[in-house]
Amino acid sequence: MELPTQTFRVTRADLVRYAGASGDFNPIHWSDRTATKVGLPGVIAHGMFTMALVGRAVTTWAGAPDAVVDFNVRFTRPVVVPDTDEGTEVEVSAVVKEVTDDGLTRLDITATCLGEKVLSQARATVRTPR
Amino acid sequence: MSLDPSFVGRTYPPTAPYQVGREKIREFATAIGATDPAHHDPAAARALGHPDVVAPPTFPVIVTMAASRQIIEDPVLGVDYSRVVHGDQRFAYTRPVVAGDELVCVNTIEEVTNRGGHGFLTTRTDVSTVAGEPVVAVWSKIVVRGEA
Repeated sequence: MELPTQTFRVTRADLVRYAGASGDFNPIHWSDRTATKVGLPGVIAHGMFTMALVGRAVTTWAGAPDAVVDFNVRFTRPVVVPDTDEGTEVEVSAVVKEVTDDGLTRLDITATCLGEKVLSQARATVRTPR
Repeated sequence: MSLDPSFVGRTYPPTAPYQVGREKIREFATAIGATDPAHHDPAAARALGHPDVVAPPTFPVIVTMAASRQIIEDPVLGVDYSRVVHGDQRFAYTRPVVAGDELVCVNTIEEVTNRGGHGFLTTRTDVSTVAGEPVVAVWSKIVVRGEA
């Protein structure tokens, strides 16, 4: 079963706010000068910010903020965030792989930016919604 | 650079307790756009059976990233942090983190490999309360990129 795709807008302001809230002040997430110096096309989102957006998608699908039992991702491609009002977008979709007898649902998740996958092996196990 | 595989299995001393604050959970939830009342309103969290506001699923990274400095800054292991890229991340929950938790982290190095000039380091952080109740196990794989 496919779950409805969720889209998240990501701007530079979001990255600054996430840096402050998470304590991850790596300058590749706010300084183009630093990002390009290490070979990136520009400022990129924190991998953990992308994972947090996927977490929002998962809890929304599960219908409960405390439903996540297991959650893992592999970061394969950076989410480049231009310094514009629009920023960029991350699209998150998932398929239900399994619903177990003991009340768990396993999801295989896809996250893309500009049509390219930014995560692989993204999976979550949630308590099956009642 | 090359990472020393003999570090596999090494466990570090427990970290000082991290006090999970209600406002920190609210701040983190706001930063990721998580608007569910259970992240913000203690009454909404209590209605779900929790003692106080519930942290979003990736919140524990705040605690474990700080704790992992033990490993990243271990001078004997010698990780060059400016060359570190995040590879994989996993959270396996016993229960959600809630405001009021006092969390202690125990870091273990699970895997060290070197391939194609890059070093790969997988750590497991067992996060429990000061009373010893397990809360979440967190795995993080980092890539230490070799010199170009």
